[in-house]
Amino acid sequence: MKDNVLMRVAARWNIPFMVMFALYTQVHGELGPGGGFQAGVIIAAAFILYGMVFGAAEMRRIVPRKVTDIAAVLGVLIYAGTGVYALLNGYQFMDHVALMPSNPGAAEPWGMTSVEYGVGITVSAVMITIFNEITEGTDEPRLGGDTEIVPAPQENKTEIG
Amino acid sequence: MSGILVLDIVLLALILITAVATVEVRSLYSAVMLSSIYSLLMACFWVAMDAVDVAYTEAAVGAGISTILLIGTLVLTGSVETVRKAVSWPALAICAAAGGFLIFGTLDMPRYGDRDAPANRHPIYEGYTTQNVPKADGKSAQDVKRFEEEQAAIAQQQAGKHPGEPAAEHAHGAEHTDFFHGHVPNQVTSIIVAYRGYDTMFETAVILTAGMSLILLLRGRRGNPQRGGLL
Repeated sequence: MKDNVLMRVAARWNIPFMVMFALYTQVHGELGPGGGFQAGVIIAAAFILYGMVFGAAEMRRIVPRKVTDIAAVLGVLIYAGTGVYALLNGYQFMDHVALMPSNPGAAEPWGMTSVEYGVGITVSAVMITIFNEITEGTDEPRLGGDTEIVPAPQENKTEIG
Repeated sequence: MSGILVLDIVLLALILITAVATVEVRSLYSAVMLSSIYSLLMACFWVAMDAVDVAYTEAAVGAGISTILLIGTLVLTGSVETVRKAVSWPALAICAAAGGFLIFGTLDMPRYGDRDAPANRHPIYEGYTTQNVPKADGKSAQDVKRFEEEQAAIAQQQAGKHPGEPAAEHAHGAEHTDFFHGHVPNQVTSIIVAYRGYDTMFETAVILTAGMSLILLLRGRRGNPQRGGLL
């Protein structure tokens, strides 16, 4: 769909708003509807839209697999790490009061925010990974009812190194 | 007939039509788009039922990501359904029986919005939705409750002495700069992340496991075999 001007322009205009909305959802998780999971899904949708319009190879260029692999694990680590931090400070596991013992009422939202960030990072990374793996071997997902798989172009190793 | 009821009937009718169309349509791309529309209508219905968080998730996951992933799958597998046989009567009977049992099961549920429903009358309902943070100084929940009652009594007394003064200022801990008064405004987040923190943690781990399984199954199997494996 790289040649489709309409799709390209629409994607270019939409993606920043999607990312912005995802960040809003993430940051306001404890105040309004939404949270880490929804934010992660929306931010992944923004990247996947990019991948659909500009091609899966281009998508893997801007979000390398290494990044998504590490981010997926990092999110769970942040979540569990918030709990373990409380454990190391002599509180119960996942007792967010440990983050700010002088002010327990404010520590609770801080803990939730940290946990929500973990969820958001993992969900977005895994969603992007799923898209990356499904489209592996295809140059770009073809949406016109065409089931033919386009083989990936052979990578030129000297160019990368 | 109230406006909400009309809205519900229209939405449910559209959902039913979309569901039947999803089953009946032959082109799988059309089926995917119809299921996306189904999710969007369900999201509207959740909003009408005041379940905004559920609607948010339904719109983001059901109408957004699943559609994209299903389309991605169709790219790999093929987009036309194979020719089906005529109606299989035993299958239809089993489906009808299962659906009938489910509907029969809902008859025991309280009416929608019933204030006498167990969910609305459960004695520790308040405890679920407010983070009273009693754990910091080792107080038990009873201690906190007694403390709050004392504070409320003091506030009432003071309000009686000085009628102009707002009582709420005294009831809540003024010694802390606590913007949330001990609990976050969104009860759903409060329950999911604080009350059921373990549950959500393992849900996140399940998502990670799904991603890892997909990597192990698909990565490097097609196209570029030399790039397989984690990282």
